[in-house]
Amino acid sequence: MENVLFTYALRLGDDSLVLGQRLSEWCGHAPTIEVDLSLANVALDLVGQAQLFLGYAGEVEGKGRDADRLAFHRDVLAWTNCLMVEQPNGDFGRTIARQFLFSTWQKALFDKLALSKDARLAEIAAKAVKEVAYHADLAAEWVIRLGDGTEESRTRMIDGLDWHWRFVDELFQTDAVTDALVAEGVAVDPASLRPVFEARVAAVLAEAGLPEMKLPRPIVGGRKGHHSEHLGHMLAVMQHIPRTYPEAVW
Amino acid sequence: MKTDWPLWEVFVRARGGLSHRHAGSVHAPDATIALRHARDTYTRRMEGVSLWVVRSSDIAASDPEQAGPMFEPAETKIYRHPTFYELPDAVKHM
Repeated sequence: MENVLFTYALRLGDDSLVLGQRLSEWCGHAPTIEVDLSLANVALDLVGQAQLFLGYAGEVEGKGRDADRLAFHRDVLAWTNCLMVEQPNGDFGRTIARQFLFSTWQKALFDKLALSKDARLAEIAAKAVKEVAYHADLAAEWVIRLGDGTEESRTRMIDGLDWHWRFVDELFQTDAVTDALVAEGVAVDPASLRPVFEARVAAVLAEAGLPEMKLPRPIVGGRKGHHSEHLGHMLAVMQHIPRTYPEAVW
Repeated sequence: MKTDWPLWEVFVRARGGLSHRHAGSVHAPDATIALRHARDTYTRRMEGVSLWVVRSSDIAASDPEQAGPMFEPAETKIYRHPTFYELPDAVKHM
């Protein structure tokens, strides 16, 4: 039988790690040095969360895999992150759209996960929620400025959001893993996060003067390892050094 | 892009009870983002518990050409340093 707690912790870690890796692709390429630093800071927060979640997943699994093993020696089909976080950075508008939607969702999630009956998950979420509150706030400020800025920034912000709407529904999907753990008070019911998420997104879009959220037919599958073509390319960059030199240490 | 954003001076309070000290500057489109840039640039290593930003153009500065009349008269007034008193042992942190 599937170890549902392992899978749940793995999902949480994979979400954070994949987005952390994506954001670090901006290093040295952001529009200004200040934005470069601020995106790198968010990336480092996310990688830190991933270390904790994946470390815990490895302990729960009990097969001797630590966070590094799970991060660097797992093929793409075994990754359980949501599809949104693996989307390519695109321009700054698209990166901000992804960050705003994901961090708003993750903030709602960690607020509740901090109350989990699983002490370790609760502890990690309680630490991470402060970081994520900042990410969500920073991204929202940028959505407002880009949406309410120039004609070009507004167009790019709309394009960025349009890229990601199809991946929103997946964030609220339930399955056997969440059902089992919600019943035990360990996991947060994904569907229960929707009202908080939608209210926050609507408020920010309104302030930014942007069109309301209209979700197209969703694309799902990330939790089962059905990923877009982008994830494999990203993992190749992320994993090739540890896979080439498996015994290498700092 | 960079030239569109005004410059902001950043002041960091290291911990409660100390005054804010100038740490450097950031570019940002407005005060809200300037605070976030200041946080991400100057408090990454736990340097502070409070931040101020102020538009660089709002600072009135003394004229370097006038440095003589401004500052040199103080040079001969060493009695303004309280170095001629003997401190009792009980007084700490002076």
